[in-house]
Order: sequence, then structure tokens, then C-alpha cells
Amino acid sequence: MAENGMDHGSEKKYGQFHRRVFESNAALFAVAATVAILIGGIVEIIPMFTPAGTEHSEAITPYTPLEVAGRDIYVSEGCYLCHSQWVRPMRAEILRYGPWSRAWEYQYDRPFQLGSRRIGPDLHRVGNKYPDAWHYEHMRDPRSTTPGSVMPPYPWLLDDRIDPEDVRASVIALRKTGTPYTDEDVAGVEESLAEQGAAIVARLATAGIETTPDRSIVALIAYLQRLGVEGRAELEAQGVEY
Amino acid sequence: MSAATAAPGRIVVDYDDDIVRKFFLATVIWGVVGMLVGVIIALQLAWWPANLGLPWTTFGRLRPLHTNAVIFAFAGNICFTGIYHSMQRLLKTRMWSDTLSKIHFWGWQLIIVSAAITYPLGITQSREYAELIWPIDVAVTLIWVVFAINFFGTLAIRKVKHIYVAIWFYMSFVITIAVLHIVNNLAMPATFLRSYPIYSGMTDALVQWWYGHNAVWFFLTTPFLGLMYYYLPKAADRPIYSYRLSIIHFWGLIFLYIWAGPHHLLYSGLPDWAQTLGMVFSIMLLAPSWGGMLNGLLTLKGAWHKLRTDPILKFMVVGVTFYGMSTFEGPMMSIRSVNGLAHFTNWVVGHVHSGALGWNGMLTFAVLYWLLPRLWNREVAYPKMVTQHFWLATIGIVIYTVAMWAAGLMEGLQWRAVNDAGQLANPIFIDIVHRLEPFYWLRLLGGTLYFVGAVMMLINVFKTIRGPERVAAAAPATAPAS
Repeated sequence: MAENGMDHGSEKKYGQFHRRVFESNAALFAVAATVAILIGGIVEIIPMFTPAGTEHSEAITPYTPLEVAGRDIYVSEGCYLCHSQWVRPMRAEILRYGPWSRAWEYQYDRPFQLGSRRIGPDLHRVGNKYPDAWHYEHMRDPRSTTPGSVMPPYPWLLDDRIDPEDVRASVIALRKTGTPYTDEDVAGVEESLAEQGAAIVARLATAGIETTPDRSIVALIAYLQRLGVEGRAELEAQGVEY
Repeated sequence: MSAATAAPGRIVVDYDDDIVRKFFLATVIWGVVGMLVGVIIALQLAWWPANLGLPWTTFGRLRPLHTNAVIFAFAGNICFTGIYHSMQRLLKTRMWSDTLSKIHFWGWQLIIVSAAITYPLGITQSREYAELIWPIDVAVTLIWVVFAINFFGTLAIRKVKHIYVAIWFYMSFVITIAVLHIVNNLAMPATFLRSYPIYSGMTDALVQWWYGHNAVWFFLTTPFLGLMYYYLPKAADRPIYSYRLSIIHFWGLIFLYIWAGPHHLLYSGLPDWAQTLGMVFSIMLLAPSWGGMLNGLLTLKGAWHKLRTDPILKFMVVGVTFYGMSTFEGPMMSIRSVNGLAHFTNWVVGHVHSGALGWNGMLTFAVLYWLLPRLWNREVAYPKMVTQHFWLATIGIVIYTVAMWAAGLMEGLQWRAVNDAGQLANPIFIDIVHRLEPFYWLRLLGGTLYFVGAVMMLINVFKTIRGPERVAAAAPATAPAS
């Protein structure tokens, strides 16, 4: 290789072994490299599929169709790039946000939205923290509720509509991945959307906001308002101190 | 097409340099595009009206465009440039199939374009660095298989028995990216544009960060170390410092790195044993990482004087030094208690950019400037501009990372500060956001300097290509077809 200027310099005994065995045999080298990179992943990931790896709780229910639609909007807009859903077990975080996030609280989250950056505050316990109208106004103009906010406004969510058939496709796909939806859940997507949407619309109406149950903003509010609520209730029922 | 000089006892090979030139130009163009989007989203954090009030231009939709463009388009294309150029020469053979090379090139660019269209439309999986929707993921898999067949086919027809260290790194890149991409993107389609991962909750988080962290390593480190092992000795005209060190640090890195993913999930609901494994292996990574850095820097032994005059070596030395810095910082940030402060803050953004701008960017510029006159057989149009680019980029990185370190430490400390009464010292989150504003402007300045340097390179490249060809005397036997 010297003619390439690619001289390997000095060689000692095991260097010669490596050269003889691996460096002239591409297939063997590829197999050895594959084994080397697989070990760590296998050791860390496989146990997650055993009961020892993941925690499950009956206290957490699957997302309703409207919440699924809201979560899809959250995913689509890339909210996780500025907001985490992950309260860490630290004094200041518990004071600021509430009980730290347990693994079982995420059991139906596909994809996970823990996030990696807090340009804005954590949202894992945001459910029931503010009234529905607050979220509506905040998405329309973040500075109307949080003066000085750097968040962009999302006025199109107030106009966009969700498509029940699209939501049904999501529910069916989620069911195939293992979320325990029943046949009735799949058949009743439209009804469920209308019912939960109407309740939010009614609450918004008391604040003087007029909208319809099929708007994107209504779905997003449904999702945000359930974040961390069941988990907190379960922790309180268990009498866990935080 | 260029060919090795026909001399007695030498092999004559007709290298495919056309494909190298294609990947070269794609690197330059996507680099400028990706960095421009970076500058825009940096402005959005300092001044929110830059979100423009449109759905397609909000920070949440543009940030994945920035990260994907610089990782998979800019860094990806330079890896392919270097691999197609150096492996033909190291193995003394043309690529196995010109057709597969072309499918790889155009397929990859098409994937990038589809990412640039889908992200602003809000069509995304929102799994960090794996945002592409499932049909595009399938396309990535197919194109990667094409690349792998061509890669191993070329190894099979090689005229040189020995496989040089750069190729080891390329090989682990080809293999591992395939494994990571496929395992991480297993999902159940709901519609053509949307799917749900087969993993849920913390399992999804673990698989995704196993992918996410190793995408950083097997996309932004492995192939780049391969580039370093080929182009640094070439540019310095010195042999690699230690052959034995290259063996140890290669196997050390590829075995240890894959374990490090869980350091992204410290203090989460992930089981403690997995968090601890992630932290311990991350700290161990310091040794093989610095093995690579030292092997690179010490290769310059006896050639340090060339640094004064050769801007390509300047880029390389700063690049390799930043590699050393960020691979020191990374393990430190993986220590639980340090991570407790750094996580979620701008410190992480600073860390990533010291690696991306410092290591990947600077090494990329070095390889591009080294290849430019050789691939087109022309003199660089503005040689002084290369040195100016170097200084702009270096100053830009320093401003960027210092601003982000300061911002990260400040917000991390202010989030956690508790007063004597046991209450939050800064209960209003937005107050802390406001204190970050000057740092965001500073970061924008640093990023803009770096971006301007890349634009200068773009101008230099296109001016060079349009310039007159070198006179035959100094050129190889056959001149490029263009």
C-alpha cells in the first residue's frame, strides 16, 4: 500500500494477525463487524419486551378517537421539538410541573413524544392545568395568554377540520399494533368524535368562543387536556408522595 | 474519466470519477441549503415573527428539515463522495456497477427532495432524526441495499488483497445504518402518509435513541473517520501515525458505541439498568474516540509546518480537534448528574454543533477543497478564499458554541434553582426564555458566519469548474471528460 501513501506504519505481532485474518477477507471482516455492532443493541432492547422491561398499568386508558386526532396534530406540527413530555424525578421539576413521569404512563404512546429540548415548558402534566379556552386562545395567539412568548401562532388549527375516516384509519392501525380498542370502538369512531368534540365546544362557548366539534383545535385541546391526568390520579390513589 | 498512469508493473484502472463529481456537487449545494434553514430557525428563536405566520415555515416543521438536510444530504453526500473516490483507488478497481452507482445517487437525492417537501407540509413521524414517513423509509432501505450491493461487489472484484483502515470504517457504516434504519422504522401504516411504530412508550423511546445516537455515530463519525484515514495522510503526505492504534480504536468504537443510546433517557422511566449501561459505555467511549483523534493529529508529525500555508490541513486539524473536544464533552454529559443539568438545554445544541460544524463540516470542507482541483483537473479559482472560508467557519463555530454553552448553563441552573423557602426561584418559565434572547442573537451571528463561508465555497467551486483546464504536462494521462 505504500505506493498509495497509505502506509500503515509499524506492525507488531497482533497487528500481523489482524492483517492476515481480517484485512484480506472482506466477508469475514463484515461478519465480525456485524457481530460487534449487534451485541449492545440486543442486550439493551430485547429485555424491554419482557415484563421486567416495561411497566403496564390498568389506570391508563387508550386515547379516544378525538385524542388520537389531536395527538396526530401534535406529531405533525413537531411540538416535541420545543416541548418535552417528561418530568424528571428532581425537586425543581416536581415543583414546576408535578409528579415525575412513570414508564407506564406512556404505554399507549406511538410514537413516543418525550422530546429532547425545552424551548417551552414541559407538557406531560399540562392536562387540566388551564381551561379549554386558554388553549384555544394560546394556539390562536400565544402572546394573548403568555405575554412575551416566542411560540409561533397556529391560527390554521382553528379553521382546519379533521376527517372521521382518517381518524378511523389511525384507530385501526393502532389496534393492529396492540392498543386494546374493541370492534365497538372502531365502529363508533364518528360518534365518539362528535360526542367528545361537542363537550369541548360547549365549554368553549361559555367563554364566548364559537367553533364546531370537527375543528383541529378541538382535537388538540382534547389531547392536551388528558396529558398526565390519569397518571397523576393513579399516583394520588396509591398515596405516592412526590 | 481518469485513469492511473500506465507504467511498467502498475495496474491501469479506469476509475469512475463522474459519480464522484455528482456526489461532490450535491454535497456543496445541499450543504448551503441545510445551513440556510439552520440560520432561519436560529432567527426564529431570537425573533418569533420569522415564523412568518405560515403553517409551512414554523420552527416545528423546519427544524427537522435543517437536521435532515445537514445530516443526510450534506454529510451523507460527502461520505458517498469520499467512499466512491477513495475506495476505487484503495482497491485499484472501478466500482462494481456504474448503473447501481447512478441509482444510488439519484435515489438518494430524490429521498432528500421528498423530505424537503414533506416536512414543511407537516408530514412526519416526529421521531428525532427518523422523521421520514414510511413510504420514504422504504425507499431509503431500497437505495441502501443498492449501495451495499455495489459496495461489497467492489470489494469482491478488488485488485488489492489488503483492505485499508478507511474501508473498515466505510464497511461498518454500510452495515450498521441498514440495521438501525430497518429496526427503528418498523411501523404499522394507517394511511399512505401516516404510520404508528410497532413499539410503544419507553420501548419506542429506547429503540429510537438506540437509532438516534448511533445515527450520529455511524453517519457522522464512522464514515468521517474513514475519510480522515484516507485524506489526511494524502493531504499531509505522511503515513498514518499508528497502525495498531487504528485496529484498537476501530473495534473499540464499533463495539462500545452501540450501547450508548440510553444516555439520552437518563432520569426517565427507562429501567435503571439500561440507563446505567448507557452512561457507563458512553464514558468508556472516550478512550477509542481519542484514539482516533490522536491517530489523526499525530499523523501530522513532521508536517506541522505545512499548517501555516495549507488551508486544507488547517480545516483538517481544526476538524479533528473538534472531534476530540466533542467526544470529550459527550461522555461528560452522559454522567447522570451532569446530564441532569445539561439535558433539555441549549448546552446539548452547542455540543451537537461543535461536532457537526467543527468535526463534520470542517473535515467535509477539507475533503472538498482537496478533491476540487483533482476531480475537474483545474486550479482552484480563488485560492485565498479558501483560507478566508477557514477563518470565517472557525470564528463562527467558536461564537456559536460559546453562546450555546452559556445559554444552556444559565437556563439549566435557573430551571432548577430553589430558594430558602423551598420554592422555585424562577417560577415563571417565560422569564428564563427572555434571558436567553441575547445568546440566541449571538448564536445567529456565529451560524451566519459559518453559512457565509459555505456560500463562498459554493462560489469558488462553480467558478473553478467553469475555469480553464490545467495544461496536460502536470495532469494525469487522461483528462476528465467534462
